[in-house]
This record gives sequence, C-alpha cells and structure tokens, in this order.
Amino acid sequence: MLRLEKRPNPSQFWQYGTPVVAVLLTMIVGGILFAMLGKDPFAVIRTIFWDPIFGEFAFYLRGQLLVKAGPLILIAIGLALGFRAGIWNIGAEGQYIMGAVIGASVGLAVYPTETRLIYPVMVIAGALGGWLWAMIPAILKTRFNTNEILVSLMLVYVAETILAKAATGFLRNPDGAGFPGSRNFSSYKAASNPELIAGSGLHWGGVAALVTAVLVYILLQRHILGFQIKLAGQAPRAARFHGVNPTRLVVFCMGLSGALAGLAGLFEVTGPAGQISIDFNSGYGFTAIIVAFLGRLNPIGIVFAGLLMALTYVGGEMAATNMGLPSAAIQVFQGMLLFFLLGVDVLSNYRIRMFTGGK
Amino acid sequence: MKRRHLLASAALGLGLAFGGAANAQMDSVKACFVYVGTIGDGGWTQAHHASVTKAQEHFGDKVQFQWQESVPEGADSERVLTQMALGGCNIIFTTSFGYMDPTNAVAAKFPNVKFEHATGFKREHPNVGIYNARFYEGRAIEGLIAGRMTKSNKIGYIASFPIPEVIMGINSYFHNAKKVNPDVELSVVWAFTWLDPAKEADAAKALLDQGVDVIAAHTDSTAPLAEIAKSGGNAIGFGQASDMEDYKPTPRVTSIIDDWSPYYIRQIQAVMDGTWVSEDTWDGIKDGTVGIGEFTGLPDEVKAEAEGMRDAIAAGTYHPFTGPINKQDGSAWLAEGQTAPDGDLLGMGFYVEGITGDIPK
Repeated sequence: MLRLEKRPNPSQFWQYGTPVVAVLLTMIVGGILFAMLGKDPFAVIRTIFWDPIFGEFAFYLRGQLLVKAGPLILIAIGLALGFRAGIWNIGAEGQYIMGAVIGASVGLAVYPTETRLIYPVMVIAGALGGWLWAMIPAILKTRFNTNEILVSLMLVYVAETILAKAATGFLRNPDGAGFPGSRNFSSYKAASNPELIAGSGLHWGGVAALVTAVLVYILLQRHILGFQIKLAGQAPRAARFHGVNPTRLVVFCMGLSGALAGLAGLFEVTGPAGQISIDFNSGYGFTAIIVAFLGRLNPIGIVFAGLLMALTYVGGEMAATNMGLPSAAIQVFQGMLLFFLLGVDVLSNYRIRMFTGGK
Repeated sequence: MKRRHLLASAALGLGLAFGGAANAQMDSVKACFVYVGTIGDGGWTQAHHASVTKAQEHFGDKVQFQWQESVPEGADSERVLTQMALGGCNIIFTTSFGYMDPTNAVAAKFPNVKFEHATGFKREHPNVGIYNARFYEGRAIEGLIAGRMTKSNKIGYIASFPIPEVIMGINSYFHNAKKVNPDVELSVVWAFTWLDPAKEADAAKALLDQGVDVIAAHTDSTAPLAEIAKSGGNAIGFGQASDMEDYKPTPRVTSIIDDWSPYYIRQIQAVMDGTWVSEDTWDGIKDGTVGIGEFTGLPDEVKAEAEGMRDAIAAGTYHPFTGPINKQDGSAWLAEGQTAPDGDLLGMGFYVEGITGDIPK
C-alpha cells in the first residue's frame, strides 16, 4: 500500500524549485514522445525553447513572445489572487470574451469618430465587461452559495455564444458583404492598439501586464487586503476571527480577476486580433490557469511563467510547421507541463509511505 | 529598442529585396498551407489536406510542401503566416474564412510571397488571391434527393453561421427539393459552430424528433450521420466536405467532396512559371472542385435523376438558381428563365419563398 503523508515542514527551496524540475521533466518525457513520432527530440526541443529567442527569426519571434505572454500574464495575475484566497475563477475565458465584446462595442458605436478619448473609454468598458461577467458567479456564490467553479466555467459557453452573435449580428462589419466579423480596428486609428515600438511586439496590453504585476505584488506584500487574501486561503477559520469579510473577499477577487481578463480581451481585440470574429478567443483564459500555478501564484513568478508558456506556443508552432509535428503533440507537451508541476508539487508537500500488511 | 526595430526592418527589407524579380520562373517552389482543424477532422481540413497530398503526388520533388494544423483564427494566424513567409514559402494558402484579415495584413509585408485565401472576399494587395467553390451546386443535388426521398415531407438543414455561404446552401437545397416535391417543408437548426460533434449530434436529434427524414449538414463532422444511423433506417443524410464513406450505403446516400487539388496544382504551377496573378476564383462541379460522391442506397430512378442534374450543372445547362424564384417576403428575385448573378449569391442575406423562420440576426 502506498499512502501520501503530509510533510510537516515542506521545503522552502522546493517551493520555488518545483517549476524548474517540472520544465526539465516535460522536456525529457516530451523528448521521448517526439522521438516516438520519429523526430529528433533534441532538434524539436531546441526549436521550441531556443530558436524563438536566439534563432534565425528571433528578431520577429521575440516580439511575438510578448504578444502571446501579455494576455496570459494579465489574466493569470488576477486568477492567482483568487486562487490564493481559495476562490476558484475558472471562467476567465468568458470574462476575456466579454471584455473584448463590450469594449469593442463602445469603440464601434462611435465609428468613425477620431478623438484621443475613445481608446481610454474603451479600455474602461473592457474592464467593466469582464468585471460584470465575473460578478455573476461572485454574487451567486455570496448570495446563494453556488459553486463558483461551475458557474464561471458555464458562463464561458454563454460568452462564446454572445461572441458568435456579435460577429454575425450586432457588431458585424456593415461593409463586409454579410460575412461575419466586425470592422478591423487596425484601420480605425483612434480605437486601435498598435505596437508601441514597431517590431517589438509590445502594445498597451504588455505594458498593463507589467504594471499590474508590480501593483499586485505590492498589494500582496504591503496591504492589509493582501494579507487577508493570503490568510483566507491558508487558514479560513483564522481569517474569520481576524475579521475578514468573506463576501467582500469573493467580490473583490472575482471582480479584479474578471476586470483584468476583460482588459486582456480588449487589448487583444483592438491589437493583435484586430476584430471581433467568431473564433476570437483562443484559450488564453484557460491557459492562464496553468500560468498562475507555474508562477507559484506570485505576480513576479507569473511574468516569467507567462513568457515561458508563450515560448512553448511560439516555439511549438515553429516545430509543428518546420518539422511536421501534429498540433496535438504540441498540446500534449504543454499539458505535461501542468501535469508534472502538480505532480512534483504533491511530492514536495507530501511524502510517499509504504505500508506493508497494515490497513 | 531602437536597434531591434532597425534590425527588424532591415530583415524585412531584405526579404523584400530578395524577391525583387517578382514573377521570374522558379525551379523549386515551397508551398505552405494553414489549416484551421486537424488533418484527421473528417471534414473540411481533411479535404484540404487530401487535396494537398494529391498536389504533392503531382509535383513530386519539384515542390516542397509544408502545413500547420489547428491554427486559431486571429492573431495567432498572423504569426504563423509571418513565420511561413520568413521561412521561405513562395505561396501560402490560408484555408479558412477567419484568416482573411491576417492574410491581407501579412501579405502587405511580403509582396513577393503569394497568398491565397479560401472563402473570403478581401484582396487588398496584388499578391493576394481568393478562391472558393460553388458548393451550392452540390446542395442542389442533395435537395433533389431530399425532395424525392422524404416520406414525411419534412427535410432538415444543420446550419453553421448565418453568412451568405450557408444561406446560399440552404436556399439551393430547399429550392431544388421543392421543385420536385411542392409539399416539402424545411427546418433549419443553427448550430453556431463549424465543428462541434456534440452540438451537431444534438441538432440532428432535434430534427429527427420533429419527424425530419432527410438531413443536410453545413458543419464539418460525421456526428449528424452517426445520429441518423441510430434512428433505425428511416432517415438519410449526406457526406459533407469529405466522402464520409463509413456511412455507406445508407444513411449517407451521396456527398459533397471538396477537392481543391485542381486549383492547388494550377496555382502552384503558375508560381513556378512566373505567371501567377491575383484572381477571384469560384470553381464548381465542372472544374472538379465540387465533387459529388457515389450515389448509394437510392432507388434507380432517383439515382438517374441526380446523376442527370450533376451532369447538367457540369455542362452548364442547368443552374441551381433558375427563375422564377421569389424571396421569402414574396418579392421577386429572379424572373422566368433568369439565373442568379454571382454577386447576388455571394452577398445572399435572404431566404427564398417557402422557407419558414428567420435568419438569425
């Protein structure tokens, strides 16, 4: 019989060491997978982890890492706050969509007015859209004690339907011959989110992600609310005695993560994506969950985790195109990362005991 | 930061300079394909990939082929396209509607790479071509079979999104069914997805529950056929995009097979010869792009009639939309003997007379 036994004092070192071990294990087992598919595992791993940063086309791909990492970081930071407090917002994907739809609606409503005020208003609308969408599970939880995991997840599918409706209906480009998809923001200057420095890949979303990381870090380290969040997650009863209001905490954490996801959606739709389309969302809200854990729920850790995740995407695409790997192999590779991370985490918090003949 | 910017523009500039002789002949060509699904999706992407495989056999070593599966539409596709262009692709085919804006955006940066976008309408640069297939021709044949085979006089259509392409298919299907069976009624279920086996199966089930016994699908998977097969032989359906031969001889009685290989071979050859120009191509049964799968499980006379229609469309003697046809609201669309202009079809936003229900807005 095997049994897991909680370690009385989990090692501080391994708390931060596990992500590194998980990445190495992913490389090893992923390499075996690639070898079984008949590819040179070293070449594939190099294409994924090395080429985007130092390879032939790095001048372009480095910027793309920022494009890809920006929304992941922004969403993951919000999620991490909730996760720390034991509030599980799994529906960031839906909040991301709603932020984009509502923000884009505001911008397109005044098309083609050109004034500098439009973009800031759209940014606020985007955050508000994500916030509102997150308030549904938050209020249902605080009022009726529903499970926020299920409600927020289900609302992703509702948001996807609204997105499809927007692309084919109320936001459809009137000059688009009836095809789905909104106007493209790249040709609507006042409402667009272009690269701040050409070729760098950095747009307002990336800036927002970095600023948010710093602010949330300060919140967690220095502010009473940050302390309450940590306390609520580690010792809910103690938190209650300490005067932490759980309702307020749920509303705050859900609201903030929703607003950040909404912001990410708004920056994406006005920038890299360019338009509301049926398949606008590409899973950032779900991937951000992996990023949050990979970054140890720490804002600064999440910045690095987001960049690493972006690397597996950008490099994974390169490997898929240049080496003829099926896209599923890359997805398995990314999934392994979370799997090994959780696995190694378990081993650093628990030890395995062998029981012989016992009950 | 500034330096990186300079480097980036220098590299892009270099790319531009290399292709200076834009339309020179080439000894070897690299052709690249961007797929929205996996090459084993059973429908749309599988059909594209089968066409690519045929083109590969045709050209042998002279053309290098590269593809990427499951590329999300939107920002990610722009990166994939840029990587392909940087990686030396001479012609890039983007095989889904959602790649329209990214294709044009990347094409602007790489004027010497040819881009071909499927099922869209934007050609903002001289190095972008667009192509599509006249699937409504195949829908007409399905409609004819539906009109002849239905016992309940209720036929169904699993629609994906309310866009002209789909509305055109619905109208062609219904119009040609009604032509041979004036009592026929059409139910349309909007799935709001291109590929989601669970939703597609639900849609088929909903139609079967209403007593519908012939179902056409505008979605990609085999789920509707699987659902029909469960209904105990009372209903039939059609293969979509691929032949879906696993469901032969029934419930799949024929299929619309997308065969892009004639087009791919032609365009890649044009790049090799240096004769490629930006075109808007809309091929149909005649050109082999819309393939009609083997007729199975049908009575001989229906089979003969369907074959007759297929051959007439190929020969150009029959157009699936031949007047008189009114719009749903009763206003006139096509006069006696008039055939639908391509422009009307490409922007189609109305049902033809006799279809009940509204197009979702």
